[in-house]
Amino acid sequence: MRFCKPVCVSLLALLCSMLLPINMAAAELRIEVTKGVDDAVRVAVVPFAHKNRGRLPLDVTEVIDFDLTLSGRFETLPTSQMLSLPNDSSEVFSRDWRLVKVEYLVLGYLESRGDKVQLHFELYNVFKQSVEVRHVIEGNRDELRDMAHYVSDIVYEQLTGIQGAFSTQIMYVTASGDVNVQEYRLNIADADGQRVRTILSSNEPILSASWAPDGKKVAYVSFERDRRPAIYIKDLVSGARQQITDYPGLNSAPAFSPDGKQLAMVLSKDGSPDIYVLDLASRKLRRITRHYGIDTEPAWTPDGKSIVFTSDRGGKPQIYLMPLDNLKIERLTFEGDYNAKASMLADGSGLIMVHRREGVFHIALLDLNRGRLRVLTETSLDESPSIAPNGSMLIYATQKRGEGILAAVSVDGGVKFDLPSSEGNVREPAWSPIKRKVFTPIEG
Amino acid sequence: MGTTKIRNLLAVSLTALLLVGCASDEPVDETDMGPDSGSMTTGEENMAPAEETIVQPQKPMIDPSTNRITIFDLGDAETLTGVFYFDFDQAIVKRSGHVELDKHASALMSERTLRVRLEGHADERGTREYNLALGERRANAVRAYLVAQGVSRSQIEVISYGEEKPQVMGTGESNWARNRRVEFSYR
Repeated sequence: MRFCKPVCVSLLALLCSMLLPINMAAAELRIEVTKGVDDAVRVAVVPFAHKNRGRLPLDVTEVIDFDLTLSGRFETLPTSQMLSLPNDSSEVFSRDWRLVKVEYLVLGYLESRGDKVQLHFELYNVFKQSVEVRHVIEGNRDELRDMAHYVSDIVYEQLTGIQGAFSTQIMYVTASGDVNVQEYRLNIADADGQRVRTILSSNEPILSASWAPDGKKVAYVSFERDRRPAIYIKDLVSGARQQITDYPGLNSAPAFSPDGKQLAMVLSKDGSPDIYVLDLASRKLRRITRHYGIDTEPAWTPDGKSIVFTSDRGGKPQIYLMPLDNLKIERLTFEGDYNAKASMLADGSGLIMVHRREGVFHIALLDLNRGRLRVLTETSLDESPSIAPNGSMLIYATQKRGEGILAAVSVDGGVKFDLPSSEGNVREPAWSPIKRKVFTPIEG
Repeated sequence: MGTTKIRNLLAVSLTALLLVGCASDEPVDETDMGPDSGSMTTGEENMAPAEETIVQPQKPMIDPSTNRITIFDLGDAETLTGVFYFDFDQAIVKRSGHVELDKHASALMSERTLRVRLEGHADERGTREYNLALGERRANAVRAYLVAQGVSRSQIEVISYGEEKPQVMGTGESNWARNRRVEFSYR
């Protein structure tokens, strides 16, 4: 642990962009992953100076350092061990960094310009003595955290070849209180667990929260009206909310299509739970499945042409695929007697799902090309897997000491993290599809 | 007309049969009964003294704080538990629950303005959406039983909470067994 500083793991920390993107070349991946973890890249995030008078409301250096450390790919050098504190590459003495075996420097400074702040940063290669990236971005004073995550994303992508996910968000549900009076909350936090905001709180259950592909809207099920379930869509920008369904029976499992124009859902108004697709503009509702068994948990394939769903039409819950043009159902899972809540990888090569093995519920990955199923988690009562937009990690809900917690696992199963929370039972994580804030470099 | 009559007759005699059956089966059945469902009032079998006073049939009463119902049989009050338990991944109404279910059916048939909400629940294992569907299937099974006894569907509403509202917290079969249930909520 040469210069590893102690890291306090807070809620949802460690979530960011671990390891390699989802790819079915598993054997190769695993070797690289092990190497990545054992041989972390040594980076120094040198404190960013503020070139003007006065303090800024947030220390961006700390945020960047935290992001990189928690990614598991980097070992960062504590400030106390830095022999010099350069703010740009012209001030760097390579010897200072070779001595402490640092491979890369993250350098930068901030300049206030009226209400705006400019952030200048460079990624410096100590051995080549060259600048790998140089960017200047500008934002408001209250966007410093977003600017810091932007730097982390650029550094991560430059050094790993994988898009960073530090700028994304996680939505999740918490439940606190006792069995008689529960308080449910729908929260959204940054991927590093910071800036938690509550979208809805209620004494009746909230569940099935899912993101619109533009990240600006979310759909969820709430039992707040007369203790009956209804599907709602909340616009995160305007704050406006729309009730989408109010049918007798189940109103469940909303899922936006990849183009955001349609919402798949589960209704039981016609007798048993079936999959329906609602066109959000025309409000036309189309029934997709017709079976007396349970059909639920619809998820769109990345091309938007098909829906995968859970059904017990064969006796036990299994995953089925239905193309929306011909509605010819194909069963996808055959191993085990409980496979549910599937979602398809972005390249269509596999399914992430809940799988029961020897009575224990795990998260598993099914390789659709080879038909091979791999269990990714060793915890029990695992559910609600959600894949990071960069495809590297997935977050899921599990239990520890009787409390619902979130955990993350790399898609090759090699790295696993717990994400404990102080806020009661945490469940149903959903990783945002896009970055919270996008900056355009103004020079660099 | 005629068939309805016969069906009612059948229902009554079936009920009677079941009552007999259950009374003798009781100890055997206990294991697969939910822990709270054992509140059938036994030991009051001695006939009420046949006085001249004619007891008017009393209407069922709803406790607005618990939404449970109290029925009256020849002046004897009985508050029904209104909770029925299920096996894992099953939605079959257990025989051990038939006696109380028949009392609910009688109450609902005698008082057509009564409305009941059947709330279906599941234990925490498995996915939330699938458990919602499973909870609904259980509540539907109870509704089907009541309707078969002659209760009007319009008196019954079915809602599923899946695993979202457990009766008890915690893992393990003893907790899970208490959470796989259908609850009657009268109003």
